[in-house]
Amino acid sequence: MAHPLSNIIRTERLPHEFCPGCAIGQIYHYAAKAVEELNLDLNKVVFLSGIGCNARGVGYVRFDSATTLHGRTLPFATGIKLANPSLTVIVVTGDGDGAGIGGNHLIHAARRNLDITVVLYNNGVYASTGGQMAPTTQYGVYTSTTPYGNLEQPFDLCELMATAGAVYVARWTTAHVRPAIDSIKKGIQKSGFAFIEIMGQCPTYFGRYILKTTDPVKCINWFRENSIRKEMANKMSMEELAGKIIIGEFVDKERPELTERYKELHEKLRKTTYP
Amino acid sequence: MEKGMSSGMHFMLGNHTCVEGAIAAGCRFFAGYPITPASEIAERMARRMPETDGIFIQMEDEIASICAVTGASWAGLKAMTATSGPGFSLMQEGIGFAVATETPCVIINVQRIGPSTGSIFGQQGDVMQARWGTHGNCHEIIALAPSSVQEMFDLTIDAFNLSEKYRVPVILLAEASVGHLRESLIIPEPEQIKIVNRKKPSVPPEKFVLWEAEENDSPPMVAFGDGYRVYYTAHLHTEKGYPVLSLPKYPLAEKVLKRLSSKIKLNINKITKFETRYLDDAKIIVVSYGSSARAALRAVFEARKAGIKAGYLRLITVWPFHDQKIKELCASANTIIVAEVNNGQIVHEIQRSIDDREKVVPLLKLADTHTPGEILTKIEEAT
Repeated sequence: MAHPLSNIIRTERLPHEFCPGCAIGQIYHYAAKAVEELNLDLNKVVFLSGIGCNARGVGYVRFDSATTLHGRTLPFATGIKLANPSLTVIVVTGDGDGAGIGGNHLIHAARRNLDITVVLYNNGVYASTGGQMAPTTQYGVYTSTTPYGNLEQPFDLCELMATAGAVYVARWTTAHVRPAIDSIKKGIQKSGFAFIEIMGQCPTYFGRYILKTTDPVKCINWFRENSIRKEMANKMSMEELAGKIIIGEFVDKERPELTERYKELHEKLRKTTYP
Repeated sequence: MEKGMSSGMHFMLGNHTCVEGAIAAGCRFFAGYPITPASEIAERMARRMPETDGIFIQMEDEIASICAVTGASWAGLKAMTATSGPGFSLMQEGIGFAVATETPCVIINVQRIGPSTGSIFGQQGDVMQARWGTHGNCHEIIALAPSSVQEMFDLTIDAFNLSEKYRVPVILLAEASVGHLRESLIIPEPEQIKIVNRKKPSVPPEKFVLWEAEENDSPPMVAFGDGYRVYYTAHLHTEKGYPVLSLPKYPLAEKVLKRLSSKIKLNINKITKFETRYLDDAKIIVVSYGSSARAALRAVFEARKAGIKAGYLRLITVWPFHDQKIKELCASANTIIVAEVNNGQIVHEIQRSIDDREKVVPLLKLADTHTPGEILTKIEEAT
């Protein structure tokens, strides 16, 4: 039987190499589903990733694609999109890759408002290297590099992206499949920098060490039980929100997009005559 | 509109002629980050790229710059960046990635003294870094050393041509003393400028094998959006481009990996260029490159006038290093003076190439450039 997404998945490379119950398959499914439902020209879609568990996923999708350098995915995306604005550029990154080593690139890509869509899979740890603390790891949590509990505070990546200038910002979890796919679709359709954070289960590290379970269903249920819609969260106190994941759409606005501005500049200069 | 500059004589800054050489070569994408003594390249690119329908973008750092350049190259544009020592150090990660993914691109390094911040005056200190800066040891690189404003133009074109042909990052090892020099530039007629463009595949997507090529060649390259749906990774990969992550599977990647050096080594005669004077009967040969070659040439002229059998050998191509050719060219010499502005880099390569390493005498200076007098004194000492 042919794989239902064989035009989108490099089925010849299956089976994949992810741990049992890993969220990455789901995240790539959401992104691929968004592309399929939007009826995009599949020859004009580019998928990019960096390094880390998430980065392995990009080798399984049948698009022009690349596993780039750790944290540097957005500069690569910037070069590609500026060089050929007709391409739809989708970046799938992780929390360590996108917000740790690549944090500065993430901020500047949002500031420039280049028309790309970033899907950031947040599993709360550096998983491919063995479950170390990430910039998204909750305060007090035990990981292999926080044996006395995490002394630091985590990033709120959606707040960061909203401040940096992204035109579309949303957060969901792997317990919120349809909203996640719809947000990625919306992000792709938006002219400008779109950021969709998806909290996903890592049964091997986050599950085993933090939730004390390697059962992916229990992990996903933990996300479901600890998620609160933005509209509800607005009515709650800081104490009530401690340890909760606020989900929903945080930004949906318009700002001048970079390749459009460049197009206008090129047109203006083409009309300029030199003495 | 003015796409290229007019042919004929101009009086220009080295860093500016480098930009015009890039445009003549077909460069339509520049990403960079300001740094002295290379900033004039970014400044002129900021004006000239949009004029030529190209893209200029100032990135958040040098790492981002080289990565954006690589991305633009994948999307089909000829692309370059420019920097100096501290930025060149940051770029090593991206240069290694471009080597691994066989991405054509050009990096201009207007070298300055180090270590670290050092200062902003010139040095030839990054010759070894250009060759060995990236980690791992499976690759060759191409690096050229301009010694004049004219060569900042000519060798930038060569850099693009070599990078397109061999699908490798090409580094222009300029120096503050050449980048900041103003002198005459002759721009040839457009039809006299040889341009090389990357090969495109002649087979349809279903028959295209991403990394299939002879050991002395690089494979054809598609652009993102061409419909071939290619996957790039710097993980060791098979000819199909799939990552090889375990040691038992390593043999599947070896052919592609070995080609990263063989495609350069097997073409070393075509790639390397030298400038020579009076080598046939020379007993004392001055080997140099970049800015110091200007002083070396003058010193050799003066020595010849004084009846000394001096010769001049300039490396235009620094990497790959052509041991065999150097050995042949220096065959007649009893003494080989290597003049370079660093603590000794190419001198070791020359010693390695010559049978009797005792013949090789370093003439090292740590900053700026040599004077003809300094080199002439060394020649006289050797007579």
